[in-house]
Amino acid sequence: MSYPYFPHTGEDIAGMLGRIGVKSLDELYADVPSDVLYGGEYDLPDAMPEMEVRRYFDNLDRKNSRLTVFGGCGAYDHYSPAVIPALISRAEFLTAYTPYQAEISQGTLRYIFEFQTMIAELTKMDCANASMYDGATSAAEAMLMAKAATRKKSRVLVSGAMAGNVIEVVATYMKYHGVEMTVTPLDNGSTDIAAIESELQNGDVAGVLVPSINKYGVIEDLTGLADAVHGAKALLAVYSDPSALAVLKTPGEWGADMACGDAQTLGIPLNYGGPYVGYLACRKELVRKLPGRIVGATTDIDGKRAFVLTLQAREQHIRREKATSNICSNQSLMALYVTVYLSLMGKEGMKRVNDLSYGGAHYLYKQLLATGKFSEAFEGKPFLKEFTVRTSLPADKLHAALADGGYLAAMPMGGDLVSFCVTEKRTREEIDNMVELIKRIEL
Amino acid sequence: MKYYDKLIFELSQPGRCGYSLPEWRWEATCEDIPLSLRRKDVARLPEVSEPDVVRHYTNLSNMNFGVDTGFYPLGSCTMKYNPKINEEIASMPGFACLHPLQPESTVQGALQLYHDLGRALSSITGMAEFTLNPFAGAHGELTGLMIMRQYHMQRGDLKRTRVIVPDSAHGTNPASAAVCGLEVVVVKSKPDGTIDTDELASLLDDTVAGIMMTNPNTLGLFEKEILKIAEMVHGCGGLLYYDGANFNPLLGKVRPGDMGFDILHLNLHKTFSTPHGGGGPGSGPVGVAARLVEYLPYPRVTFDGERYHLIGDNGKSAGRVSGFAGNFTVLLKAYAYILSLGKQNIRLAGALATLNANYIKESLKDCYKLPIDTLCKHEFVFDGLADKSTGVTTLDVAKRLLDYGFHAPTVYFPLLFHQSIMIEPTETESKETLDAFIAVMRKIAEEAVSEPDTLREAPHTTPVRRLDETTAAKNPVLTYFEM
Repeated sequence: MSYPYFPHTGEDIAGMLGRIGVKSLDELYADVPSDVLYGGEYDLPDAMPEMEVRRYFDNLDRKNSRLTVFGGCGAYDHYSPAVIPALISRAEFLTAYTPYQAEISQGTLRYIFEFQTMIAELTKMDCANASMYDGATSAAEAMLMAKAATRKKSRVLVSGAMAGNVIEVVATYMKYHGVEMTVTPLDNGSTDIAAIESELQNGDVAGVLVPSINKYGVIEDLTGLADAVHGAKALLAVYSDPSALAVLKTPGEWGADMACGDAQTLGIPLNYGGPYVGYLACRKELVRKLPGRIVGATTDIDGKRAFVLTLQAREQHIRREKATSNICSNQSLMALYVTVYLSLMGKEGMKRVNDLSYGGAHYLYKQLLATGKFSEAFEGKPFLKEFTVRTSLPADKLHAALADGGYLAAMPMGGDLVSFCVTEKRTREEIDNMVELIKRIEL
Repeated sequence: MKYYDKLIFELSQPGRCGYSLPEWRWEATCEDIPLSLRRKDVARLPEVSEPDVVRHYTNLSNMNFGVDTGFYPLGSCTMKYNPKINEEIASMPGFACLHPLQPESTVQGALQLYHDLGRALSSITGMAEFTLNPFAGAHGELTGLMIMRQYHMQRGDLKRTRVIVPDSAHGTNPASAAVCGLEVVVVKSKPDGTIDTDELASLLDDTVAGIMMTNPNTLGLFEKEILKIAEMVHGCGGLLYYDGANFNPLLGKVRPGDMGFDILHLNLHKTFSTPHGGGGPGSGPVGVAARLVEYLPYPRVTFDGERYHLIGDNGKSAGRVSGFAGNFTVLLKAYAYILSLGKQNIRLAGALATLNANYIKESLKDCYKLPIDTLCKHEFVFDGLADKSTGVTTLDVAKRLLDYGFHAPTVYFPLLFHQSIMIEPTETESKETLDAFIAVMRKIAEEAVSEPDTLREAPHTTPVRRLDETTAAKNPVLTYFEM
């Protein structure tokens, strides 16, 4: 046999079959009805040696175009330092399972504990898990949590200013879980707090989901919302880009019960949409409703400091259909990206990333308005790195023309609205070049 | 492995930095944001240098055990070798830099991967079409159940709200069903470990949405009556869901589509060799029979013979289950593995996994209690030591294995036995490795008699020893600043 992932020699197989007491590998399937044994040929390519596998993917790579990214909409082109892949690729992290055997998993357990701490710091919540697949599913889990914590309530409210794909995922989860969902209207490109307050009057609302930076890039002012939500005995979840929380008012400061979102912005490459890592943080009173894996500090029998998966009585492998969620994995390796990233950036680095993004975005905004082809979309609304403008050009055609020019930009936001995003990776030259192209575009 | 006691916060010194960012170049800063919208304090992130960070996490990694470290016979987790070429491909800069919302014309290669991998999985499993969007096994289960419910709802068959789950099922099955708004009805196993079809018959009626099955089940036993079960469930109007967590022994041998399954999920991080990463990221593609294709979640990739397209909601879809289109770089790794297997090597993958499991079972069944002594598939379950007089438990055996340099098997699952030890070796382990494991398991059985206290206090050689889990749960300390 010549396949590098199978160690068995013919002699090994013969000896092993002998110990088992069967004559052939086929006989190991004697318990399978012959009707279902597959005798046909698989519609697969011939087995490829490593260099041909590489060739297939090189060929695939050539069929994609690398664009200079001026678009966001839930995936952001932040810089990922070289240290991250170097540490992530350590096989002791990469090839381990969920840390069930704590005695030989202290590495994983410690960095998850660090991740929980960092997310709690950024969101100003008490605790966090490391188990969410992405931002959209973390938002859905937050609403499931609200439903579980408030028992008899039957409805959730989702701000229409949340990103469309997140609303759709929450809607899917709620539909099958049997929870009604109402998308609340916008006011000048922002969450209409008064509309939420009015919906809360019905008394049937379990949870409310609002963004801290919304789909248009507008920084939301959530003043008064938490009081209204709590007055109606519902829970408030605030969805945020955790990178921005290094400078923006946090979910905790807004009075949220839960904070959720996607931590892709903290060192994870764009990866065509995944893997990313969601986060879900909450107040300590709610920790027993939190889904997924949670790591806690303890000691071993010799008194050494140690870490362990804890509060497992919430989980599916013990509670089965009564579990707080069906989450089994933790997004451990992606949490390690975030943990290493935040360790490198620290307090000052996170401020710098935001300042560079803010400065670049506001520079681009001014340059775009100066072309005469764009105008302010939402009067007086502050933004950080992503913003939406009205354009006098056909939005879809503008987006396509910029892609032809090598840019992912002018993301169509409906009607004459398009959004742009600038991270610390974008240089003045890149911005000026794109603006020059836009000036020349005739559509 | 060496004990290392720091947390990154404890290395922090004010003024130290580990980042390297461009110099200031703009006019505006975040100070321009209204004060009422800014956070008051500064998040207590560590201030450490780059070498500090590298050494810290390298030290942490030294307290971890992975498949590359040693044998990892964790039942139902399929800890096979994770090929290195897969990792190199997944980190190619051309893939890492793709934004999920790039126009179709600029991501034809990425979309082709969805198409090619979907087709390969269809051929391997006998299903009509796949969605590659689900992020993990449990997420695939949830997605599959949503498709099941959507199928019934679209037919106006609204009373089908119960789902049958065997008592041997993975815990995620009933949990996923509950999240999906289904009522769980448990069907018991017979003494031989397979589903009791008489009891099943008594549970089937027009309120049943379907059944969730794992085949081979969590005892590693093939459900021989699968064709009869399929006929019974279909006969009452229900659908069959296949939990692909245990698909590995069927790789290259049996296709769930041919057994009558309508919906399945696969764990690419089990059967298709992508690394578990300490618990994630995984990927849980869901395949369906032809009559269910229109209910697959969106976005979906289609091919018109010339170009690949990413299509949205068709009005009948179960909905959107992921922010974008799943864990793309995990899909790259899985397809790299499939290309290396090809139509030839795939024929042996499941068979060698089954060979390895049966070999361990037969080599140890005299000193560990084998409740169901028959052919197994990829895994099997012992009910603790054969000699119960010593009082040595499954937990003690598991912890002692760590001293000998092996990862422990899955313990206390399935719930059918009190002292379950669930062993799954996978096909990538050599006879020498299995022999070494067998020798240690036999030695532990002897130690249980000769020095039981050594086992009760095990492990002895690991960076930390048995943990105080009770205090951790009673007074949870979940962040550094609470310590």
